[in-house]
Amino acid sequence: MKNRDKFILIIGVLVIAIGLFVAFDLKGNLSYILSRRLIRLGTMLVVGISVGVSSVIFQTITGNRILTPSIMGYESIFILFQTLIVFILGDQALQAISQEANFFLAICLMLLFSLGMYFLVFNNQHKNMFYLLLIGMVMGALFQSASQFMHILIDPNAFSVIQNFMFVSFSKMNTKLLAIAAGTLFFTLIYLRKLMPYLDVLRLGREQAINLGVNYNRLVKQLLFVISLLVSVSTALVGPITFLGILVSNLTYELLKTHKHAWLLTYCAVLSCVCLIAGQFLIEHVLQFSTTVSIVINFIGAVYFMFLLWKTRKLIR
Amino acid sequence: MGFVFVLLIFSWISLFTGVRDIHYSELWHDQDKLLVFLNSRIPRTLALGLIGSGSGIAGLIMQQLSQNRFVSPTTSGALDAAKMGVLMALIWIPDVSLMGRLFFSLGFTFLFSMLFILFVSKIQIKNNVFIPLVGIMFGSILNAVSTFFAFKNNIVQNVQEWLLGDFSAILQGQYEAIYFILPAVVVAYFYAEKFTLAGMGHSFAVNLGMSYTSIVNIGLLTVSLVVSVSVITVGVIPFVGLIVPNMVRLFVGDNIRKSLPVIAFSGAIFLLFCDILGRIIVYPYEIPIGVTVGVIGGILFLVLILKKRG
Repeated sequence: MKNRDKFILIIGVLVIAIGLFVAFDLKGNLSYILSRRLIRLGTMLVVGISVGVSSVIFQTITGNRILTPSIMGYESIFILFQTLIVFILGDQALQAISQEANFFLAICLMLLFSLGMYFLVFNNQHKNMFYLLLIGMVMGALFQSASQFMHILIDPNAFSVIQNFMFVSFSKMNTKLLAIAAGTLFFTLIYLRKLMPYLDVLRLGREQAINLGVNYNRLVKQLLFVISLLVSVSTALVGPITFLGILVSNLTYELLKTHKHAWLLTYCAVLSCVCLIAGQFLIEHVLQFSTTVSIVINFIGAVYFMFLLWKTRKLIR
Repeated sequence: MGFVFVLLIFSWISLFTGVRDIHYSELWHDQDKLLVFLNSRIPRTLALGLIGSGSGIAGLIMQQLSQNRFVSPTTSGALDAAKMGVLMALIWIPDVSLMGRLFFSLGFTFLFSMLFILFVSKIQIKNNVFIPLVGIMFGSILNAVSTFFAFKNNIVQNVQEWLLGDFSAILQGQYEAIYFILPAVVVAYFYAEKFTLAGMGHSFAVNLGMSYTSIVNIGLLTVSLVVSVSVITVGVIPFVGLIVPNMVRLFVGDNIRKSLPVIAFSGAIFLLFCDILGRIIVYPYEIPIGVTVGVIGGILFLVLILKKRG
């Protein structure tokens, strides 16, 4: 099958999933249920695209298939930043800081953080990947504890603002935040389009990319900015979904035997939307579990991750 | 001897820190304060000390058995297995007793630690970081399963709340299970070298005339006992079993006879310190120790990894 056919196929699956999700078992107050479902659908699309695209880019610049932004602690640091902002600003204003302002401030901090990530990952080329992975995971756990720490210190009124970040849920009905997040995603993708051709070159490795005339350091920094924006979008909307990225990006590499990022990025974005929407549909209507799709994805993703680790272990003797 | 002294000082501070301002001279003629002291402060301090030294020793045993410095209850899924055990006990037998919970949690922890050690001995590479990575992943798989069942039974929030390590609920009559840690400490003392030898591998241990399987089982049972006792009485306290032995060995060296008592004492001191800190920072409220240790322990662990790399 050609890549184009595979792409058409996955788009077809996405359309079916969306159709089922929106139209299945539609009865009662139509306008209410429909608007609810459409908002959730929009949320899942935005999150799916952000997660899929950011994971593939991160794997391209780090040059391996096991690291993703969420495994390196990006999501937990975003939550920590949001908490920090509420912690610092929450008391001063009479009313607690709004979620939108919080979102933008946290994004600014994320851009700073991506510089730190740049020095951690790229400053020293001889670093063992497994060290990076362990460091990322420990940082993630640490940021989580630090957020919890601040939650306890925060004034209860201000806490209601951040309470939402903690649990992954696709049933939140925050249209204003969704609009802002979708806008951010849109502009980020436009910016990314400009960088797209360079990604293919970057895939060849650092030395080759430099040889071919790419300003490597600048490009990597730009891409890390893009990743920070995308992670912020998805985390602000639904909270951390640690293993979605690794699952969909590796599935994409398996399914599409290509190195062209135009294909990889779009395919991965669509695939992760399919995973979220179809998964949520199956869980809600077919299995009738009162659980969210992220738990199932985390389970499958973690098992798959173990498998990947197991497969790569021979390379690191 | 220095460690005993420091431990005594910290215990003293822990005994006399809290919302109720108690001075030691008042204990003899103020019935009310004496009651608070006996029912809350003493159990709490005892629990902190016992769980601290127990966790340190449990970490050491796991590191000896797997011959890897970064393995501990936190990085092998043992903590998550204990959590899962408690959860399953609550789901299957809603009005389960404390002993029932302990039993379940012990069983789960033992089973999954055995699986993990088997896995470690099967993969021949002894890459320092690979094994803890697999352990963390193993833990998150267990966690995903637990969360799934907790969600199904609508107890996610309860679970998160009472599994976050917290000593403030330790009162007379609710903490006595921690005395199970004492036999674990004794076993660790007697078997210390044997664990090291067993860690060298099956044939090596058998060559020296030891029963490999039983040594490994005793070690894992000890670890499981400590982990599950602390999870059911106070909740999850991450990183202690990882950091304390590693820090101590940086200063004392690898001789396990020498380092074991130091590890026991510093584990207790570390937990006492974190708990006192949590009680002081937001006085008159408290920060759960799981959070304080998570922050301090996380930073120390990062330092350890970065240092080891050099």
